[in-house]
Amino acid sequence: MGMLFIILLSPLIGFLFSGIIGKYLPEKITGWISSLSIFVSFIFSLQVFLDLTPNVAEPAGGPAFEAIGFTFLSVGDVFVDFAIQADRLTSLMMLVITGIGFLIHLYSISYMHGDKGFYKFFAYLNLFVFNMLVLVMGSNFLMLFFGWEGVGLCSYLLIGFWYRNAEYGKAARKAFIMNRIGDLGLLVGLFLVISSCKSLNYSDVFAAAKSGSLSTEMVTAICISFFIGAMGKSAQIPLYTWLPDAMAGPTPVSALIHAATMVTAGVYLVVRCNVLFEMAPAAQQLILWIGLSTSILAALIGLKQNDIKKVLAYSTVSQLGLMFIALGVGAYSAAMFHLITHAFFKALLFLGSGSVIHGMGGEQDIRKMGGLKSYMPVTYYTFLIGTLAISGMPLFSGFFSKDEILATVFTQQPVVWFLAVVSALITGVYMFRVFLVTFMGGFRGTETQKHHLHESPALITVPLIILTILSLVGGLLNLPELFTHDHAQWLKHWLSPVLGNSQDALHHPSHSTEWMLMGIAVSVFIAAFLYTRNKYISHASVPEEDAEMTGAAKWSAHKFYVDELYDKVFVRSTERLGSTMDKADSGIFAGLMGWVSSGISFMSELFSKIQNGRIQYYLLYMVIGVILMLVIKIFK
Amino acid sequence: MNPDSVFNTLDISHYIYLSSVLFCIGLFGVLTRRNAIVLLMCIELMLNAVNLLFVAFSSYMGDSAGQLFVFFIMVVAAAEAAVGLAIIVMIYRNTRSTDVGLFDKLKG
Repeated sequence: MGMLFIILLSPLIGFLFSGIIGKYLPEKITGWISSLSIFVSFIFSLQVFLDLTPNVAEPAGGPAFEAIGFTFLSVGDVFVDFAIQADRLTSLMMLVITGIGFLIHLYSISYMHGDKGFYKFFAYLNLFVFNMLVLVMGSNFLMLFFGWEGVGLCSYLLIGFWYRNAEYGKAARKAFIMNRIGDLGLLVGLFLVISSCKSLNYSDVFAAAKSGSLSTEMVTAICISFFIGAMGKSAQIPLYTWLPDAMAGPTPVSALIHAATMVTAGVYLVVRCNVLFEMAPAAQQLILWIGLSTSILAALIGLKQNDIKKVLAYSTVSQLGLMFIALGVGAYSAAMFHLITHAFFKALLFLGSGSVIHGMGGEQDIRKMGGLKSYMPVTYYTFLIGTLAISGMPLFSGFFSKDEILATVFTQQPVVWFLAVVSALITGVYMFRVFLVTFMGGFRGTETQKHHLHESPALITVPLIILTILSLVGGLLNLPELFTHDHAQWLKHWLSPVLGNSQDALHHPSHSTEWMLMGIAVSVFIAAFLYTRNKYISHASVPEEDAEMTGAAKWSAHKFYVDELYDKVFVRSTERLGSTMDKADSGIFAGLMGWVSSGISFMSELFSKIQNGRIQYYLLYMVIGVILMLVIKIFK
Repeated sequence: MNPDSVFNTLDISHYIYLSSVLFCIGLFGVLTRRNAIVLLMCIELMLNAVNLLFVAFSSYMGDSAGQLFVFFIMVVAAAEAAVGLAIIVMIYRNTRSTDVGLFDKLKG
C-alpha cells in the first residue's frame, strides 16, 4: 500500500531537504518545510486510522495494511523483508508521533529561532520521526530494531545538540551508552526469536507462540531480553539515569523524544508482544515490580529537584513506571491509554517549561522564577491544565488513564495498588510544587530578567493551546463504564484485535469498588494540592538551597546517589580495567611487537649493506648464486 | 696432416680443463681487478674460453654448429669491445680514472 510508504518517506525527505540545502535557506522556509513533511505524514496517518475504523460495511474495521519494500536480510533460511504495516495499535502510535511531532516542529520554529544549527535541528527532528515511524510501522522485529537504533542515534544527536558545552556532550554519551546496554538485551531477544522461530515476522512469531511450539523457558527468556531493551529505551530501573541528564537537549527535543514518543517505545514493544508476555508470568512479575520501584523512586527524586526540566524528566520516568505496572498486570490497553494521555500532557508541560525558559532568557532554576502568572498568562493557564492533568484532577485525561491502571491493578495486586497510589500522591505534590513555585508568589530573578520577561510568540502558544485541549479531552478515548454505557472503553475495543484474549482475562472491579477507588484518587489529588498550597502559597516558602538540606531531602535532591553509585561501581571499575589493559598492552604486546619490529629493521640494515653500488660485488653475488645452483643441481 | 687429426690427437678432457682454467682466470680478473680496461680484457678471456670449448666439442662431435656459434660470439665480442672501450674513454675523460671501484652510483 503506497500510503504507508508516503507516511514513512515524507519525514525522510524532509530530513534530506533540511540536512542538505536547509543551510542555504532562510530559517522560516527550512522550518516550515520540515513541519510540512510531518504534517503530510499526519494527514495520511489519519487516513489510515479512518480506514481501520469500523463502519457499517465492515463492523470489525478494515484489515491491517501491509506493504513490502524489498528483502532486507537473507541469511540461510531466514528472510527478513523491509516490510511495514499499520494495524490498530500502530495507527494510534502513528497519530501520536506525527500529530505531536508536528506541533513540536511548529513550536521549534520559534523556539530555535536564531540558533546557528537551526537547519541541523530540523534535519535531526525529521530523521527522528522517520525512525520512530519505522519502529512502530515495521512488521517484523528487525524493522523494529532498525527504528529502535535510529531513534537512539537521533536522541544522542539532539541531546548533544549544543555540543560546545562539554557537559551536554557527556549527557549525550551517557544516554547513548545506557541505551546500548538495553539494545544488547533486545538484540539477544532477537537472536532467541530467530533461533526458536526461524523468522522475525510478528505474524510468524506470534503464531508459533500461540501454537505452543515454544517452551515456556524460551518465551520467558525472550520476554526478559525484550524487557531489558525496554528498560534502556523507556528509562526503567536500573537504566533510567540517562533520561534526566538528557534534558541537556533543547526543550522541544525533551518534549518530543524524551517525553511523548521515544521513551514510550518500550511500552509499545511490550504491547506489541503481548502474546509472548502473556505466556511468561515470570517476566510479567519482573515488569510489574521494576515498573513500581521506578515509579516510586523517580517520584521521590522529583520531589526535591529545582531544575524545572529535571522535575518533568523524573516525572516522565515515574509515569513510564506506571505504564509498566499496567503492562505487568496485563492491562495493555490501559498502558496504551496512559501512553497517549501522557504524551499529551507531558509534551504540554515540557513545551510550557520551554516557554518559561525562553521567557526567562535560559534560566531553568525554579527558585529564581516565581510570579510568572502575570507575565505569561497563556503559558500559565496551559501549564496549569497540564499540571492538573498529570496530577489526576477529575475529568482530565490523566485522571482517567491513571484510574484505569489503578483499578486494574487493585483487582490483581492490592499491595502494588497501594504503592502506586503513593506514587500518584507524590506526583501530585511535586507537580504542584513546581507549578506554584514557578508561577505564583513574587518574582525572584534579576532585574534584567524581569525586564526581559514576555509572553512567547504565537508559534509557541498555539501548540500549547492545542495540547491543552488534548490534555483536557484525552480521557474521552477510554471512558470507564461508570460514566457512559455506549461509548465506554473505546480504546480497549479498538485495540482488541491486537490484544486478542489477553484483556478478557482481567477482572474489572465492581462499580461500587470503582467508585471507591475513584474517591481515593480524588482525595489523593486534593491532599497533594492542599499540602503544596499550604507550603508554597500560604507560607510562601521557596525550596531551600542544596547546602541547607538534611536527611531524606538531601538524599532525594542528590537523586539517592545513584549516579555516584554507578560511577563508582561501573565507570571507575571499567576505567581501572581499561588502565590495566593499557598497561598490559604497552608492556607485553607493544614490547613483543617492538622486538619483532627492531629485529626486522636490524635484518634489513644488514642486508642493505650488500647493496653498495659496486658492480663487482654484484657480479660476485651472481657468481655465488650460479655456483650454489650448480651445487644444488649436482648434489640433489 | 689433416687438421682434424691434430685436434683429435688430444683427448677432449684436456680442452675442457684448459677452457675451464681460462674461464676461471677471466672470472677472477673480472671480480678482483680494478682497472676497467683489464676488466674488459678479462671478459674477452672468458668469452674465448667458451669459444675454445665450442670449437673443441664441434670437432669432437663432427658438428659445425658449434663453430658457427664461435663466429657469432666473436662478432658480438668485437662490438662489445668497441662500445665498452668507448664508454671507458668517456668515463676517463670525465673522472680522469678507469678505476671501477669509484663507480658506485648504482646504489638504490
